[in-house]
Amino acid sequence: MTRIRFQQSLEELKEQLLVMAGLAEQSIQRAVEAYRVRDLSICNLVSISEMAINRLEREIDQAALDLLAMEQPMAVDLRFILSVIKINADLERVGDAAKSISDRVRSMEQMAQADLPVDIPRMAELAEEMVRKSLQSFIEGDADLARSILTMDDAVDAMNRAAYKALTKVMEEQSHLAPQALNALMISRALERVADHATNIAEDVIFWVQGDDVRHHKSLKTAPDPYIIE
Amino acid sequence: MGVSIEVTNLNAWYGTNHTLQEINLDIPANHATALIGPSGCGKSTFVRCLNRMHETNPIARVTGTVLIGGLDIYADAKPVEIRRRVGMVFQRPNPFPTMSIYDNVAAGLKLNGYSNHKVLDEIVEKSLKNSALWEEVKDELKKKSGASLSGGQQQRLCIARALAVDPEVLLMDEPASALDPVSTSKIEDLIFQLKSQYTIVIVTHNMQQAARVAEKTGFFLNGRMVEFDSTHKIFTNPSDKRTEDYITGRFG
Repeated sequence: MTRIRFQQSLEELKEQLLVMAGLAEQSIQRAVEAYRVRDLSICNLVSISEMAINRLEREIDQAALDLLAMEQPMAVDLRFILSVIKINADLERVGDAAKSISDRVRSMEQMAQADLPVDIPRMAELAEEMVRKSLQSFIEGDADLARSILTMDDAVDAMNRAAYKALTKVMEEQSHLAPQALNALMISRALERVADHATNIAEDVIFWVQGDDVRHHKSLKTAPDPYIIE
Repeated sequence: MGVSIEVTNLNAWYGTNHTLQEINLDIPANHATALIGPSGCGKSTFVRCLNRMHETNPIARVTGTVLIGGLDIYADAKPVEIRRRVGMVFQRPNPFPTMSIYDNVAAGLKLNGYSNHKVLDEIVEKSLKNSALWEEVKDELKKKSGASLSGGQQQRLCIARALAVDPEVLLMDEPASALDPVSTSKIEDLIFQLKSQYTIVIVTHNMQQAARVAEKTGFFLNGRMVEFDSTHKIFTNPSDKRTEDYITGRFG
């Protein structure tokens, strides 16, 4: 084994990203918990984590940039660093989504409780499972596990669509519940985004491990040529 | 114009040392093809087999077939004819030190019987323009010696010398490894321009250089060619674990 220092640097980069992953995963769990028990002190923790995540995002990007510039990585190492950069951005967005949910929880504090036709805890459970599994696939370099996540996104998308339909109906028919319904809709949307980020992470793991670009595979065949589109 | 090179079951020996084993390779015309691999892997021996230079060593031996533009260079052609069609540039620039810049470029032409001054002038100018050296030396062509140029200029002079005899293939064995980054960039830019007119085969230890200039890359190891594919594939997702281990620096 040669390039020992470079290999150590790659390990350190992975560890940094795992710290980031831990913070992002914890943030989304806390934001959902804050929603479930309506606890503003948990929202404060989410806000603090979000700042730490932002700081770490910059540090990881800098470390990855340094490795690209100094080591000129190739093949699996190059794919790994590219994936880290992209996963880093997705984790930062998961932190943003958690913050967004906790902001909604804060605003709900001023509102009367309402029984709304949306199962936020179930949706959160699925989104959290996707994040957990995608990060597990990253830790273990397991492309098969990563592939299993891609199909889970459809279920979360369907729940978000159903929430949109049901909650807009509430807004139309029970206007006094519109603020609560709007909040729930925004939380549903944030969770749907979290699931999208987990999907992106899984796709990046597949690219790192196997070199396959599986993004947008369903729509690519019918996509127009971007250089000649009007 | 460049021509394709088809190599079939090529084997080479230095004495009892079997330095190239069963090489099969199709090098496309008018492309740059890079050969990479650790020291002693056989890549330089391979390019020396493409212009019959390997056999100039008395203990060296070659078997197999090399077709250059369809011509079987070991069966149907003399070495001198092959070396006119297949130019070569070496790691260290080797201009004729006492000759002027002009005579350096014209040397191969004169050996091939050219004596018309007007024709020689035209070819020397064209060759120096093609090697991107003309603007730097045009006023001192016959006054300055080849050895008085900088290392990067000397290497471009050697490229001009190789181009002057109008080859179809240009072999480059580590052409920029003795040069500074600016001179290296000029050589790489030149390779990029020249491949529209010539087939270029470049041996390099600098993998970034291979990635920058070549469309195809072959990885040699212990006298065998492990993998030959598009440069993009070799450097982003090679098929063979040994290629990946080498280009990621895990051995070599």
